[in-house]
Amino acid sequence: MRLRKVWIIAAKDFKIFRKKKGIIYSIVGFELFVSIGLPLILKYGGSKTGGIPAAALPAVIDSFSFWFVIGAALLPMSLASYSLIGEKVQKSLEPLLATPITDEEILAGKSIAAAAPALIATYLGAAIFMIIVDRITHTKLDYLYYPNRSMAVILLLMLLATFFSIGFNILISSRSNDVRSAQQIGALIAVPLGAVYILSQMKVISLTVTNLLIMAAILAVVDVVVFYFAKSTFQREEILTRWK
Amino acid sequence: MIDVNQLTKRFEGVTAVDGLTFRVDKGEVFGFLGPNGAGKTTTMRMLCCLISKTSGEAKVGGYDTGNDNDSLKIRKMIGLVPDNVGLYEELTAYENLDFYGKLYERTEAQRKEAIERYLRIMGLQGKQDQPVGGFSKGMKQKVALARALLHNPQILFFDEPTVNLDPESAKVVRDLILELKGQGKTIFLNTHDLDEAQRICDRIAIINTRLLAINSPAELKRSLGGKQVIFQLASISDAIVNTVKDMKRKNVKVESNRIIVDVADPQKENPDIVREIVAAGGDIQFITESSPDLEDAYLKIVGESK
Ligand SMILES: Nc1ncnc2c1ncn2[C@@H]1O[C@H](COP(=O)(O)OP(=O)(O)OP(=O)(O)O)[C@@H](O)[C@H]1O
Ligand SMILES: [Mg+2]
Repeated sequence: MRLRKVWIIAAKDFKIFRKKKGIIYSIVGFELFVSIGLPLILKYGGSKTGGIPAAALPAVIDSFSFWFVIGAALLPMSLASYSLIGEKVQKSLEPLLATPITDEEILAGKSIAAAAPALIATYLGAAIFMIIVDRITHTKLDYLYYPNRSMAVILLLMLLATFFSIGFNILISSRSNDVRSAQQIGALIAVPLGAVYILSQMKVISLTVTNLLIMAAILAVVDVVVFYFAKSTFQREEILTRWK
Repeated sequence: MIDVNQLTKRFEGVTAVDGLTFRVDKGEVFGFLGPNGAGKTTTMRMLCCLISKTSGEAKVGGYDTGNDNDSLKIRKMIGLVPDNVGLYEELTAYENLDFYGKLYERTEAQRKEAIERYLRIMGLQGKQDQPVGGFSKGMKQKVALARALLHNPQILFFDEPTVNLDPESAKVVRDLILELKGQGKTIFLNTHDLDEAQRICDRIAIINTRLLAINSPAELKRSLGGKQVIFQLASISDAIVNTVKDMKRKNVKVESNRIIVDVADPQKENPDIVREIVAAGGDIQFITESSPDLEDAYLKIVGESK
């Protein structure tokens, strides 16, 4: 695989994303909500009764931080579906495949195109979240909550969720001709993650470091499986003769 | 430059291309004709290393389309205008072309020079910074043509390149094809435009899943045999028609004031026919020869294959 070629493909997609303002606004909007909106709940939530008690704070913060994993799964979705289905409906893959580039290089370029902006946005959002949470909670907790080990695993989960999202999207793209419906199907992957979040809110499960690591291990295995299928779907013969 | 031997492609249940054998020489404009679904696009895709073959052999520029390493070398030396233009609608004409220039590892200066040159040839200068999404079909087709030529490829594959173009633009493209041929480029042209094919192609293959005929346009026409001569009269009568028929002509047709006769050797036979018509009281206004055109040859060859 030649990285220069991969980069040319990714750079072309970045250029297209920049012209689609809707994608940029939805990413920025989501990140503003989780990185600034959620910490504000910590500050003002239950303020009439003296605020969230110090003993309950860690669990609340941990479940809030799980939003970043959900975001990491959702944000690449809109990018990947434009990047792949866009090429498909414009039938631009045929002339592209006729240039001296391999199928893997195109696939890698497309994956980077969707992953890079999403990861930058979610990691930046996570950094802002940690800073604001520390500022809001350190007097009540008497220590700085972040950085900690649980957030380190969350950051890892974000990476794995991003990969999953992209691989899943490649599979959807081979069957769908509509960016919107692909995004709706894609959004289904937020369901299990959303369930984890709600269960943690209901205190059915707790997002301990061990539990997060178990989730990461499961997601890593799922990622490998999804990318195995994605790679076998993204082959010139498949794309030109069997993608519907 | 292109060497195809018993090339076959089967999709589930459908044989799209069956046992094609032909070769295309360097500097040749090779026309590929056939009815809808004949396998033209499928053949072109196999030659451009886009889809695999089921059996047989196909070499382009001496490299084997079935080999992964060779396939990259082939794709470096070819330019393709597919049947769907496949441009990025959000990007401008310049950005579309620049992206392809980068894929062929051209420097920025080389890209700029080539893009501006081909946009000028296509009459699109001044439009280069507009998104392609707002272009007409023909304008898009022209951008796709520029895209195929940017990297100065040795072999060009055109799948119906003039299909959306106005007559003037179609002529620009045909002239361009002849200019490319003059530069020693090899051109493989899928087309339904028989007039175009006979004007610019050195040789023509007519296929319908299988290869039906392959020859120069002139030879294909000649294979149809004799010529027809049309005698246009001021007015026509049974007497005149019968005189001509009495001359033991196999095939005499009458259309309004015209008598159309199959003639094997016009130079010898025409004077006799003229004399007979005049003797029967006919006033001849014009005499025209109609040689069978490529369309007649094409229809006959495809018709017989069914
Ligand atoms: N992906 C595919 N799956 C199944 N059959 C296919 C596929 N692509 C092409 N075919 C079949 O192969 C045959 C040849 O198609 P092809 O597109 O090569 O024809 P063509 O000569 O280019 O026709 P046209 O003049 O309409 O462009 C057709 O019967 C078509 O249905
Ligand atoms: Mg075709």
